[in-house]
Amino acid sequence: MSKLQVASKPPPKMDRNGPSRREIIVQTFFSLAATASLTGCLADKRIRDDFVQKYFKDLSPEELKTTLARMEKQYWEDYGKHINVTSTPPLEGVLYGYALDLSRCIGCRKCVYACVDENNQSRDPQTHWITVLEMDKEGGVDLAKADAFYDHEEVPAPGKFYMPVACQHCENPPCVKVCPVGATWKEPDGIVVIDYNWCIGCRCCITACPYGARRFNWTTPTIPKDQINTETDYLGNRPRPRGVVEKCTWCIGRVRKGLYPRCVEACPVGARKFGNLLDPESEVRYIIENKRVLILKEELNTQPKFFYYYGL
Amino acid sequence: MAFLGGSRTYYLWLALLCVCILQAVFAYAHQFQYGLITTNMRDSVSWGFYIGNFTFLVGVAAAAVLLVIPAYVYNWKPIKEVVIFGELLAVASIIMCLLFVSVDMGRPDRFWHLIPFIGHMHLPQSIMAWDATVLNAYLLINFCVATYLVYCAYHGKKYNPKIVVPLVILSIPMAIGIHTVTAFLYNGMASRPYWNSAILAPRFIASAFCSGPALLLILFQILRKISSFEIKDEAIHKVAEYMAYAMALNLFLFGAEVFKEYYSNTHHLVHYQYLFTGLHGESSPIAPYAWMSLLFAISSFVLFIVPKTRMNPITMNVGCVLIYLSVYIEKGIALIIPGYTPDPLGQIYHYVPSASEVRVAIGVFGIGFLIFTLMVKVAVEILFSKKGQPAHD
Repeated sequence: MSKLQVASKPPPKMDRNGPSRREIIVQTFFSLAATASLTGCLADKRIRDDFVQKYFKDLSPEELKTTLARMEKQYWEDYGKHINVTSTPPLEGVLYGYALDLSRCIGCRKCVYACVDENNQSRDPQTHWITVLEMDKEGGVDLAKADAFYDHEEVPAPGKFYMPVACQHCENPPCVKVCPVGATWKEPDGIVVIDYNWCIGCRCCITACPYGARRFNWTTPTIPKDQINTETDYLGNRPRPRGVVEKCTWCIGRVRKGLYPRCVEACPVGARKFGNLLDPESEVRYIIENKRVLILKEELNTQPKFFYYYGL
Repeated sequence: MAFLGGSRTYYLWLALLCVCILQAVFAYAHQFQYGLITTNMRDSVSWGFYIGNFTFLVGVAAAAVLLVIPAYVYNWKPIKEVVIFGELLAVASIIMCLLFVSVDMGRPDRFWHLIPFIGHMHLPQSIMAWDATVLNAYLLINFCVATYLVYCAYHGKKYNPKIVVPLVILSIPMAIGIHTVTAFLYNGMASRPYWNSAILAPRFIASAFCSGPALLLILFQILRKISSFEIKDEAIHKVAEYMAYAMALNLFLFGAEVFKEYYSNTHHLVHYQYLFTGLHGESSPIAPYAWMSLLFAISSFVLFIVPKTRMNPITMNVGCVLIYLSVYIEKGIALIIPGYTPDPLGQIYHYVPSASEVRVAIGVFGIGFLIFTLMVKVAVEILFSKKGQPAHD
């Protein structure tokens, strides 16, 4: 079984057989330009503002306001569109939980592409926050035999079942523990977030995550201007720079306004459920209390708030 | 200017290093322009050749302590005069380590986020933050001691043991510390069963005690030829003997690890299978290196444990090169890549470093060797050429 992963396209130009003279000239130019940009960066207000921006949690309400305004201005320059950047605070008495019905999921990947649209993920190279794994019904949940790159004419394929995996929003998140600069943390409502303006791109969190849920921007993400989602959140779906890690935030800007995450809305078979774990009347609570529930890699004590269950 | 003036070979060596550095500047400019996509790392294998080299060099830096312990703790003369080279090697290695981390960062412009008080160091939880702290402290200590010793020699004074000895003693636990903390960086990742083993730190220390001195033994022989630097055969053989014990420990710990995985035969065995044989009927691109590393380790151990081959300059040097290559493969390739392959969701991405990664790495080694060469040149000039006479330019 061949399972070669092609996560991203190769860079525009690679000098595998050694650079030509032209390439050397071009590269010399770029290295000089890079040096100039490093030294000249302090003269460029935008680069200077980005460079000195404070840690999200250290921003005063005033500073947060000016930061959001500055970002909107930058996005206007980049995309020629007004992109609304908000920072919705967590709701009191809410701890979000997610449930996914493995017996319903058909592996159509509608959630994956709805997520891409909603969260301004890069289209080239293509970035997905949700990975849908295909496994054999006889084998049960066995990640060692999972295939994330299945490509059928029709789904579900005979004898297969599907397990979408994204950030599990652990109660005890290993990614948060390992981050050297505290750029990722767990919010009071249980959502694990990243400050894209504080991340240094060391990728410790990718290494620590047992669910392969984090994505690094190996090159500048590209989103066609007409496909941009203009309603964004600082900690969620605002366009990301190159060289930082990003991840699923359960559509933080939407759920804090009382909406469902986009993947829940997009699922054609109703396999995805979302709600407040602290509310005894919520659907997720009903599922946990009444269905056969499993969580991934229970032995690692990460305590995911993402529950797989068999509803049928 | 003590680093000027030297043989033709010396200048050719410097020129070669400059070429290495220059070509890497182009490769890094390319990486800087397009991002880390110019490397072959991806989300599945998110640390690769750069961090492998970093890990190896932390070991080389830590190895200075192997020379420091006997020299200062037992005040053993033949080794004492060579300790300074261990320290200079540590300084050059740590600089290379920091450079490897810098080229691996997605946003090198945000390095200041890691500076205490100005940025936000996530202590005490983050091992990466600890690693940055201990590496910089170790660099500082070795740099200060080496500079002070050379400074005193330059002025023809005797160094003050009340300053040097406590710092040197402190550098011993710190050398163990930098490698232990680096091992813990991997060790603490419960998501990666390949690294999540309690003997990872001891394995790091054991392999470091082989590779660092291997480099120094060759250096001593070169210095003995080209300068008036004197080192007794007795000292060289003693260091070689220690290396044999370290290699024995290294092989034993590796065997313990292999036994545990293959005998218990859990799902976690996949990583060792990827290292040695490959998975799902596909061969692994790193398997030939893994076997080569093991073969080199065993043969160098034999060469060093037998007194006759240990004392023979030719077989000893062959042994040094084999040890160096063995540990380089073990730390650079065999430790990192199987940890990531298969990834946490069971997917396999066959990582092989890109041309761009190799070129940048060559440049980092170029900078490290250049710094080391210049420092050694100055130290030899001051410490040995004039044999304790006050120097005047």
